[in-house]
Amino acid sequence: MSPIQSALHPAGAHAAATATLFQIFLGVTGFFFLLVLLFLGWAILRRDRGTASDKRLRLTVAAWAMLITVGLFGLTLASYATDRSLFFAGHDQKPLRLKVTAQQWWWEVRYNGATPAQTITTANEIHLPLGRPAQIELEADDVIHSLWIPNLVGKEDLIPGRTTDLQLLPRQVGRFRAQCAEFCGLQHAHMALDVVVDTPEQFAAWEARSLQPAPAPRSEAQKRGHAIVTGMHCSGCHAITGTDAFGTVGPDLTRVASRATLAAGELPNARAWLTRWIADPQAIKPGNRMPRIPLTPAQRSDVVAYLETLK
Amino acid sequence: MRGTMRILALLLLGLLAACHRETRETDASVPFSQSGLATTTTVIAGGAASSRPDPRIERFEKSAWHVSEGQRLYTQFNCVECHAHGGGGIGVPLIDDQWIYGSSSPQIVATLIQGRPNGMPSYRRLLTEEQMWQLAAYVRSMAGQVPKDVPPSRGDTAANTPPLTLEEARPQHDSNLDAGSR
Repeated sequence: MSPIQSALHPAGAHAAATATLFQIFLGVTGFFFLLVLLFLGWAILRRDRGTASDKRLRLTVAAWAMLITVGLFGLTLASYATDRSLFFAGHDQKPLRLKVTAQQWWWEVRYNGATPAQTITTANEIHLPLGRPAQIELEADDVIHSLWIPNLVGKEDLIPGRTTDLQLLPRQVGRFRAQCAEFCGLQHAHMALDVVVDTPEQFAAWEARSLQPAPAPRSEAQKRGHAIVTGMHCSGCHAITGTDAFGTVGPDLTRVASRATLAAGELPNARAWLTRWIADPQAIKPGNRMPRIPLTPAQRSDVVAYLETLK
Repeated sequence: MRGTMRILALLLLGLLAACHRETRETDASVPFSQSGLATTTTVIAGGAASSRPDPRIERFEKSAWHVSEGQRLYTQFNCVECHAHGGGGIGVPLIDDQWIYGSSSPQIVATLIQGRPNGMPSYRRLLTEEQMWQLAAYVRSMAGQVPKDVPPSRGDTAANTPPLTLEEARPQHDSNLDAGSR
């Protein structure tokens, strides 16, 4: 299995082009570096032989200058070719459009549909179909962030009050890890997200599932949890489609149980971690925007029981 | 001469002791209770108002961290919709000197918890009490009621009012105080 966060293991057209360019640069500059060291060593060995004639010196310098010119020209050409291939990758297909909004310290992901009912809002997880270009609109709500999905594409900054965009074209199915690449405050290092590249069928299934309202609670514990989540502090910040919770400050929880991680890639999404997170978010990510909510252990386990049904 | 310079240098070094970096109180482990909150009026029938100030007033109003968190919540919970950035609009202004339900932090928190007639909703189930105290501290900073080194120097939004740090503290006229004389 290839690494999930590595620019040297490209899984997208853009990352592949950049990785190739990196290898060309590494090869050419490495070759010249070795050459310089070789000449240096040779000069040290021959230091007692006196200076060469003017004619030979001129010839050597001219040859060296030629070599450098050819090398630089080659690198320039390679850069230009890469730039073109970055620009034209997936240019002929209609891209999937989505919007990522960065906030301290998590990512909101929104797939705008034709109507509000066809809009999917999720958090800290991007789903992309294989082989279809995606155009991600990037915005920030508070400070400058930067989205970096090393396996798929280079970084792009998210700047408050400005919209930037990022094109990518996934070429490999898999789960990759992306990260904020611009220092954005206390929990910058703990601001990651998962990027899942699905086959087109899997993506369509995910899309259909995500458009459904949240499942209704069934068991008694789930019902009690539902009442707490929608009636108490949780709903001030979080939204769950189809319920009375429609806060827009924190991550959307409609499909929270289907995501692989919690708190922007910080914790594995498992019952024990979810319980701990709800009990004291500040102990896990100090300074994050989620306050400690006064709940009894029984209430907490009801809340977790309900949240686990949100798939 | 040299001796004087040395003493002066030592004294200047001593100034460093005055440097203090506020720690962010991200862990609000102090339990809150609504029982300790002020009611809307500070006038108690047949007696004087309680003179012992709530320790939470100082804890929140003297902390730059809490005031800036209050500023963030003020935007995120859309206080701006009615109160604008202090100037009021649909709701009452928050930087004038007339306060119907009291202008102290505990009174503002009580207003947030209970809601008030004619449009102010209750935030009892949306905000934790710590967040309400942060909001109250920020609201007070808009009228220059917190120490000058505490409020954020400028807001994140366009404003035609001077920065909070330049805000002059005005005497706050608490309408509740009139209750006894009427």
